Amino acid sequence: MKQEIYLDNAATTKPTKAVVQEMVQCLEHIYGNPSSVHRLGVEAERVVTRAREAVAGILKANPKEVIFTSGGSESNNLAIKGAAYALAKRGKHIITSEIEHSAVYSLCQDLEEDGFEVTVLPVDKEGIVQTNDLKAALREDTILVTIMYVNNETGAIQPIEEIGKVIDAAKEANKIPLWHVDAVQALGKIPLYPAKMGINMLSLSAHKAHGPKGIGALYISKGTPLHPQISGGGQEMGLRSGTENVPAIAGFRAAVSDFKEMQQDAKHMAKLRQMLVEGILKNIPDTRLNGLPPGNEQAAPHIANISFTGVRGEVLLHSLEGEGIFTSTGSACSSRKAVEHRVLNAMGLSNEEMEGAIRFSFNAQNSEEEVVIVIEKLKEIVKELRSFA
Amino acid sequence: MHSNMFLIRYQEIGIKGRNRYLFENKINSNIKKALYPLGKGKIKITNMRGRILVALGDAEPSKAAEYLSRVFGIATFSPVIKIVAEEEAIYQSSEAVMRQALERKGIKLGENDNVLTFRTNVKRADKTFPIRSMDMAARLGSYLLDNIPGLKVDLHNPDLSVSVDIRDGNAYVFSEKLPGPGGLPLGTSGKGILLLSGGIDSPVAGWMCMKRGVEIEALHFHSFPFTGEKSKEKVKDLCRVLARHNNRIKLHIAHFTDIQKSIQKSSCPEDFRITVMRRFMFRIAERLAAKNNALALVTGESVGQVSSQTLENMTAINEVTKLPVLRPVVAFDKNEIVEMAQKIETYDISIQPYEDCCTLFLPKVPITTKPSLDKIHKAEESLDIDEMVNDAMEKIETIYITSNS
Repeated sequence: MKQEIYLDNAATTKPTKAVVQEMVQCLEHIYGNPSSVHRLGVEAERVVTRAREAVAGILKANPKEVIFTSGGSESNNLAIKGAAYALAKRGKHIITSEIEHSAVYSLCQDLEEDGFEVTVLPVDKEGIVQTNDLKAALREDTILVTIMYVNNETGAIQPIEEIGKVIDAAKEANKIPLWHVDAVQALGKIPLYPAKMGINMLSLSAHKAHGPKGIGALYISKGTPLHPQISGGGQEMGLRSGTENVPAIAGFRAAVSDFKEMQQDAKHMAKLRQMLVEGILKNIPDTRLNGLPPGNEQAAPHIANISFTGVRGEVLLHSLEGEGIFTSTGSACSSRKAVEHRVLNAMGLSNEEMEGAIRFSFNAQNSEEEVVIVIEKLKEIVKELRSFA
Repeated sequence: MHSNMFLIRYQEIGIKGRNRYLFENKINSNIKKALYPLGKGKIKITNMRGRILVALGDAEPSKAAEYLSRVFGIATFSPVIKIVAEEEAIYQSSEAVMRQALERKGIKLGENDNVLTFRTNVKRADKTFPIRSMDMAARLGSYLLDNIPGLKVDLHNPDLSVSVDIRDGNAYVFSEKLPGPGGLPLGTSGKGILLLSGGIDSPVAGWMCMKRGVEIEALHFHSFPFTGEKSKEKVKDLCRVLARHNNRIKLHIAHFTDIQKSIQKSSCPEDFRITVMRRFMFRIAERLAAKNNALALVTGESVGQVSSQTLENMTAINEVTKLPVLRPVVAFDKNEIVEMAQKIETYDISIQPYEDCCTLFLPKVPITTKPSLDKIHKAEESLDIDEMVNDAMEKIETIYITSNS
């Protein structure tokens, strides 16, 4: 078989064997409806409960504060719309940032059309939100602040602790904002303790951390007012009706139980990122790192976004694909649209730099050997492609 | 009495003289292939002079109608009841057909003064049937008037017609005439190589040639890594739609990147590159045609639509092939081609925004619209044409696409 070097882990990850086994086991044997009162239902309910405990466990939260959803986008929808409509009587101002995932970004645009007022915070050239901007944007009628944890295109870790302090101060001064964090890209890479940090809502998705697709979670701190977005049988504490996706929930549990090695894994990925970034910048002219340099605390270990000036990102992506190396030109959901470089644009990149941007994203199973191969192939390909420019 | 049958009429085959049997055999086997998904061996096809009778057995008639509507060569077709040609039996079957039609149309005669106008048609190919057509039509009309209250005759603009076709001792009774696509049976006009880009025009060109009986093999030029897997998928999707008329389409994928690179690196002036590139496409297509016994090339070119489709450019491109180049949409406006593409259901696939291999490697200067052959030859001087074509031929990938692949 041809080599396969998968460096598109920010788009999705390969489920682990344990995850697949759990899911198959569940599909074959635990097919009851968790709401049924007979034995088969109770067995299925137990699967869901154990998984809820497991997810709550990694968040150091109470299981009652975790509900399952169909994934990151749904969690974001429930959190943002749910909070906005629950608090609409107290205010209509929402704060977000320029670099949010399109799920959040277009959601906020929808709310704007529905009479809410949205302030979009800028980022600096490394893609980081400035807390001073947040301070200045907060108002009496601000009901929600939604800023992501790790940016999916650049890997920039946002200053969550400082943001928390600003929001705490606002809350003390009788302001009300709820705080939502889209932590989809942080799961499994960075320890997440929303309760400790005063986060009200935190979105997660299993498939970004070797779990199955179609399952995610929303952490909701006790007492957070939310309007459900799906009505029905009242599952998930009435916040998300619909029969639970039991096999996927079981898979999610299997994925999070692998997080024991998170620290070493993160270290390993950071090493790979450093090798790749340094190898490219040193060996290939006219390249730039979009985001924070290796070693910086605010650089996520698994994402490196690099511009190859004068080369079209898509063409480079396909050339790498021809060598069995899989990457991305941006967020996978948006790479179809030609004009989708919102995040890089916010960081002030030139058109040429945006067009030539490639995102490499690692998982803990990637190896140093793979990175060496990728750098070698890039050297050849970029040189050749530039000769046709 | 037999129902769940279709009577199929074809148009041009009737005038094909001594070759007629070739056309009839072909349309028969095409119908058989088209209905194959409904169950092997269950469906019986009988040739009658000028008509084809399909007995569906227990197969779903609405599915069969859908499949038949795509078989080239079929002019119209009707669900029929087959009976022995006897007067009384014809009356009874006609009444049954009329009642079915009323049910289909949801009309309840007699309620709320509902009236339905109708006429009868009788065709007597079999002159041993004792009553003449006109007389039989009149008798049948009065029988229906007597037996179904609420009917009214209107010879000129009826809501419904009941028709009886009498041939070879049998009568075929029907009220519906469904349209087929017309044209000639696929495969009776030889084979052509369709240059399929993924745009709007080439699938339409392919369809139009298929309608004239030309079997199509598609040739797509792929420029990996300059175009990705998705543009290949798009071409496969187009072939899936065309394969509905042909059970399957043979798709050849030629890897064009090396040729594009060689042209780019050669002394070929920038404004001649597109024309030279297209000459290479035609050379490869001609070689492929020879290999697959195809007799023509088919393209979606439309004169003047883009600067590479001027008559001068077509001349320059035609020079490299001895085969006829069929350009069915050559004199169509873009909006006319779009309309066709919508009708044959390729449009929505064609407009998906993946780049085809023409849009890359576009020169930064306007391309020449009036290349002389001398200048073209000079532009190609430094290229090792044979080797480039041979190399591309060796790397061609061939796959079969069916409508559900």
